[in-house]
Amino acid sequence: MPSIAAYDFAEFVETVCFLGDRPAFALADGTLRLPAGGEKALTLHEGGLLCAAYDGIGRRLLSGGEDGRVVATSNGETAQELASIGRKWIGAVAGGPNGAVGFASGRSAYVQAPKAELKELAHPRTVEGLAFAPKGLRIATAHYDGASMFFPATDAAPTLLGWKGAHLDASFSPDGRFLVTIMQENALHGWRVDDGKHMRMTGYPSKVKDWSWSAKGKFLATSGAPAAILWPFSGKDGPMGKAPLELGTRGDSLVTAVACHPAEDMLAIGYSDGMILAVRFADSKEALLRRGGASPVRTMAWDGKGGLLAFGAENGEAGVVDIAG
Amino acid sequence: MSETAAAPIPVTVLTGYLGSGKTTLLNRILSEDHGKKYAVIVNEFGEIGIDNDLIVESDEEIYEMNNGCVCCTVRGDLVRVVEGLTRRKGRFDAILVETTGLADPVPVAQTFFMDEDVRAKTQLDAVVALVDAKHLPLRLKDSREAEDQIAFADVVLLNKTDLVTPEELAAVEATVRAINPHAVIHRTERAGIDLAKVLGQGAFDLKRVLDEDPAFLEEASHAHDDHVCGPDCDHDHDHHAHGHDHHGHGHDHHHHDHGHTHDHHAASPIHDVTVTSVSLRGGPLDPKKFFPWIQALTQEQGPNILRLKGIIAFADDPDRYVVQGVHMIIEGDHQRPWRDDEAKLSRLVFIGRQLDAEELEAGFAACAAKAKAPA
Repeated sequence: MPSIAAYDFAEFVETVCFLGDRPAFALADGTLRLPAGGEKALTLHEGGLLCAAYDGIGRRLLSGGEDGRVVATSNGETAQELASIGRKWIGAVAGGPNGAVGFASGRSAYVQAPKAELKELAHPRTVEGLAFAPKGLRIATAHYDGASMFFPATDAAPTLLGWKGAHLDASFSPDGRFLVTIMQENALHGWRVDDGKHMRMTGYPSKVKDWSWSAKGKFLATSGAPAAILWPFSGKDGPMGKAPLELGTRGDSLVTAVACHPAEDMLAIGYSDGMILAVRFADSKEALLRRGGASPVRTMAWDGKGGLLAFGAENGEAGVVDIAG
Repeated sequence: MSETAAAPIPVTVLTGYLGSGKTTLLNRILSEDHGKKYAVIVNEFGEIGIDNDLIVESDEEIYEMNNGCVCCTVRGDLVRVVEGLTRRKGRFDAILVETTGLADPVPVAQTFFMDEDVRAKTQLDAVVALVDAKHLPLRLKDSREAEDQIAFADVVLLNKTDLVTPEELAAVEATVRAINPHAVIHRTERAGIDLAKVLGQGAFDLKRVLDEDPAFLEEASHAHDDHVCGPDCDHDHDHHAHGHDHHGHGHDHHHHDHGHTHDHHAASPIHDVTVTSVSLRGGPLDPKKFFPWIQALTQEQGPNILRLKGIIAFADDPDRYVVQGVHMIIEGDHQRPWRDDEAKLSRLVFIGRQLDAEELEAGFAACAAKAKAPA
């Protein structure tokens, strides 16, 4: 049985990540907690934190808050303000290649490339989510009735990928061939970037709240069902015409968080009752990492070597699982 | 207690045209010493003079759900802001949503029923409409929103009463009544009202719905007589004789039959009103007939139904069954046992447009439970 270092922050855990080797928990109250090796707290946002995302390229945590600021921290000791736009809430943040940062507030997306002016990308509707393509400076925004792809270093008009309905978040496949969005109704939508070919991914009983690309980008793992749903993206048509892989099926609880292992084809699955399983893709073999808790698992992250899994729940329960025991 | 994690956070929606007094009311709610802390969602920070760190500005975003139903709309901005606000426990006791003057109240209300996350964490308490007593007739002429806001409201504050004559006020109140016979109306100056009459209404709480609605308990036509015909006939300042004549017609029809003419005539006492209400009454119903009927009805005519409310007596059921709906969304539950001194009557009210009273009446009548033994 793996061992767990358990914490209780008594505040909603929005995003967990590893900064270097240290597990770091970004809480909705605006603080970042680093409990390993002596309790430490860094205030990221006065008033509260609304969104946070680990930037795997820059190896730092990006966050946006009710204070209208976007900040970054790479060591958990100090935070650097990247942008400040006044009283409006920051709805989404994303990191991109070469230190680029994107964020959204109201009907604008903003891109801050290193040594460049802050670029505002105005939209007719609210920008709900955004993501950088893995290479070059290209950003996609999710909004009502589709997604838009911009080359923010230029003034070229965006490429609009239309699909009726509200799109709340966006993600590029690691090879950059596909763009996928989470929708307000219980579904994902995808496009092949080259030709805009549509991919509908439906059948969820609940909203999709979390997703994670597998190590080699072969699968996109998602929450929102009584099992983790993994859509295959290795073929040229993505998941079209293929059945998704279903892992960790349970009759009595919904999957609320997913995190693919950084090297192996293995998935950590968090449930609404706080349970966490690790499941191998090849044979669906399950290992219990956490028996359960008092609230849904909100966020999970592996360390770089894949030996530690950090998790945080909506009620502030959190911990780090050492899978070697 | 606000500490209870599971207790849903009450949400009050303030609607009303520009200049109706929403901001004045909001400032009063935020500044009065009532020991409660409110989070406020506004479209623009504007004139809110109170320093409150929980005033959130959000751009109105109407999202149509991708299910082929045009009236299944939610406010995407509210989904996001409410989700953000409710992650933290004990930060505030309730949420106020201030809508723009032109806002459609329906997507706002539907957000609290249709979005699973918002629904799990909050409870719509009431929709409060502020009406500018001086300018309502003008508003009704140039917009449909003003009418929608009244039709959809649980509580109407007839504000700026100091700017109109008693006759004008009576006429405006009659207009409001004609649009929405079941809202609780309060007359105010400068939005001065006991906040207990605005907040904590439980208007969407099935356990409380209708129990405190005296108008609902009266004969529907009686309510019409009182509120529409009376004042309007006496003080027809704003309307032409033409409208007045029609009114007489409608009045008669209304009493003697609920024919196709009902819509037309019910709307004609007051120009520029297109919303009507239909009140149905009957004896105990057969649930096997009632549920398929109401479900099909809301599916087919949902776009025309702004609100529906009802107390249903089912044959052989000791409990009152209450239903309420917004467009195609309908929910119902057992409320409490019928008291011995209560007549087991079924009552159902629709507020909407292009309601076919005759058809509704016939459909409702066909749901009647068969009498056990022939008399």
